[in-house]
Amino acid sequence: MNRFKNWTLLPLALFVVLVGFLGYGLTMDPSKVPSPLIGKPVPEFELPALTNPDRSITHEDLKGAISLVNVWASWCPSCRAEHKTLMALAQQGAGDGFRVVGLNWKDERDDALEMLRVFGDPYTWNAFDPDNRVGLHFGVYGAPETFVIDRQGIIRYKHIGPLDPRVWEQTLRPLVQQLKAES
Amino acid sequence: MIPELGHFALILALVLALVQATLPLVGSFTGNRNWMNAGRSLAYGQLVFLTLAILALIHAFLADDFSVRYVAANSNSLLPDVYKVSAVWGAHEGSLLLWALMLGAWGAAVAALSKSLPLTMVARVLAVMGMNSIGFLLFMLLTSNPFERLFPAPLDGRDLNPLLQDPGLVIHPPMLYMGYVGFSVAFAFAIAALIGGKLDSAWARWSRPWTTVAWGFLTIGIALGSWWAYYELGWGGWWFWDPVENASLLPWILGTALLHSLAVTEKRGAFKSWTVLLALSTYALVLLGAFLVRSGVLTSVHAFATDPARGTYILMFLCVVVGGSLALYAWRAPAVSGGGRFTLVSRESFLLANNLLLVLLCSLVLLGTLAPLVYEALSLGKISVGFPWFNKMFVAVTPFIALALGAGVLARWKQDDAWRLVQQLRVALILTGLVLVATMIPFFSHGYLWVPIGITLAAWVLFSHLASLVERWRNKVRLGGGILADFGSHSRSYYGMWVAHVGVAVFIVGITMVSHFEVERDVRVSPGDYVEVAGYRFQFEGSGTVPGPNYSAQQGLVNVYSGDRLVTVLRPEKRTYFVSSQVMTQAAIRPGLFRDLYVSLGEPLGNGDWSMRVYYKPYVRWIWLGSILMALGGVIAISDRRYRLATRAFKAPKGAANARA
Repeated sequence: MNRFKNWTLLPLALFVVLVGFLGYGLTMDPSKVPSPLIGKPVPEFELPALTNPDRSITHEDLKGAISLVNVWASWCPSCRAEHKTLMALAQQGAGDGFRVVGLNWKDERDDALEMLRVFGDPYTWNAFDPDNRVGLHFGVYGAPETFVIDRQGIIRYKHIGPLDPRVWEQTLRPLVQQLKAES
Repeated sequence: MIPELGHFALILALVLALVQATLPLVGSFTGNRNWMNAGRSLAYGQLVFLTLAILALIHAFLADDFSVRYVAANSNSLLPDVYKVSAVWGAHEGSLLLWALMLGAWGAAVAALSKSLPLTMVARVLAVMGMNSIGFLLFMLLTSNPFERLFPAPLDGRDLNPLLQDPGLVIHPPMLYMGYVGFSVAFAFAIAALIGGKLDSAWARWSRPWTTVAWGFLTIGIALGSWWAYYELGWGGWWFWDPVENASLLPWILGTALLHSLAVTEKRGAFKSWTVLLALSTYALVLLGAFLVRSGVLTSVHAFATDPARGTYILMFLCVVVGGSLALYAWRAPAVSGGGRFTLVSRESFLLANNLLLVLLCSLVLLGTLAPLVYEALSLGKISVGFPWFNKMFVAVTPFIALALGAGVLARWKQDDAWRLVQQLRVALILTGLVLVATMIPFFSHGYLWVPIGITLAAWVLFSHLASLVERWRNKVRLGGGILADFGSHSRSYYGMWVAHVGVAVFIVGITMVSHFEVERDVRVSPGDYVEVAGYRFQFEGSGTVPGPNYSAQQGLVNVYSGDRLVTVLRPEKRTYFVSSQVMTQAAIRPGLFRDLYVSLGEPLGNGDWSMRVYYKPYVRWIWLGSILMALGGVIAISDRRYRLATRAFKAPKGAANARA
């Protein structure tokens, strides 16, 4: 019977490992704990534009206006859910030193364009990142995510999960107002 | 005043739970029959106070008492009454109260239906149920009190999340929670058996009906959730591998393994320590699910509002319950004897294979769900495990489960002859082969590899079960019985299994067909435009404004024609809810056994134009039909007289049952 003893301890050992990960996860509330990139300049990157593969978009394009960088993909249901919020934002705040731009992430170009054609295109421009090359440097955890970038190209905030009117009113809009006032 | 009474009832329920967790347990060691008997009354009392508490909360919702914070956050005076009631479990605090109520109800049910079990067993089971109640009631009272007041009281409430204002969501959480919480009974029986050191087939026989009922509720709960997501979210999907969905699927998969393992332990006395481990792990996954959903560790569209204190509490609770039970397991399981032997070809082997495959599937889903967390913790970088990964794992494992299922149903216990098995399955094998050949024809398969595989597996499950039925009837007739007599209550566990397994076949057909042959079109339409999908013509006639109780809707009118015949008129809606100003999509669906026609409105594009999504969903109903058959099989199985007789039989030789130790 003794030979079974080690075996019966195995589930407990696995559980202890699991608790370790869960406990770690608890300290890392993904939607609230700031990304380590907050307060830092956006990572340098160069990507083709979604609508025009010949045009390239770089980190320099994020300077000069307050940008909401939305990481999205056509396959992601939550992105579709937040799409109407983005459309409303783009219409409300466009032009006034504020813009919505997109990072199309792990997606197929045709699918992404089709989605924008049907549901409307809230983005001033979209960088196309099918292989998660740039998403990786931004610390993208899963679509959708939204970064707030100030005029100097500094990352100020990161929201994980879909945007809705409540998130916009309570969190993002006050921040954007503050950033507008800063200069 | 009434909310305070509800709060007070919760505290009293906690006090009773504290006594229920200790007194009967101590009594079971000291042999004090009064203390052991107290468990039953305490369980009833706990249920009474929990019922009072939830009635108080329902009253607060119906009376629009917005001085209660939870009501103010989740209701509105315009909300229809039925949703005021379902709003009780629409968010974290209230759903926890529902959870606690059901835990109390399961405890009371055990108390009421265990008259014939040995008293020490009942006392220990109820004590463990009481410990679980303590955990959830303390959680509620310390971090998530639904009766907390708000001062000053707002004039009106913030309204229930419009996504939840739906008939499906009225019954989905109660069903799901009945399932989750029901596994606590199997858990309690396992712990009681470990404490007593008596893991025998009697223990398995007592656990089986409880496990089956819990599993049936969970099956229905998950199916309802999937159905709701299908028509309410407007994406036409029925499963998203979202962390919260996975949290419900994990205990279901392991619970399925438990169900089958219990059968072996009951019939053959084998797999004892494995079955106990499954019972403990299934409940561990229920608690893990609660942790994932309520702590905010993983992001999900479903997750409740998060609060680190809650996550910390559940994690501690998880450590005590699961860590404690697994430690008890490590300590007591080595003493469990091995049980009946069996050969390579036997029903035990097939059930073992089924168990291992289900555990593998469960581990893969768990891995995928936790991978983002694990990767980050190990500093391996970021990862997001998407839909395709889960699908790949699912189709890599499930075909083998279906294969084993077909052969296992005819295999004999203990020892069988492979050749005999093949003989019995001969007709089923030939028919399945024919289905394989037929579905390989491009006319059916359209060049997809998985179409013939899926349909053939479903056919295999169906034909082998028909073969098993024929074999069973043939034996009955040979032994001089009639076939009709076999439908009597002694054979219900067989027929229950049969129906549930055919449900698996139906489910496989549903997934295979809808995954490969669904058609999805996103189009821009002006009034009068039409779009052709899968032979149907969807004609968009225009849209108008329709009022609702707490929303106003843009309603589209879509006539669907097949040739010149009008098949149906669909009225998809885009609803704007007054309070939250949230916009919801209400898809219009024409359901059918062989296909759904599904239309949902996208965005208004000006001039009466709309973006519109049109779906053709063949056999999608079979997914839920299969789930209903599985749950129905469970219901049939527990009506088997064997379980009732078995429990009665223990009434007389109570001393004998105790002497088994």
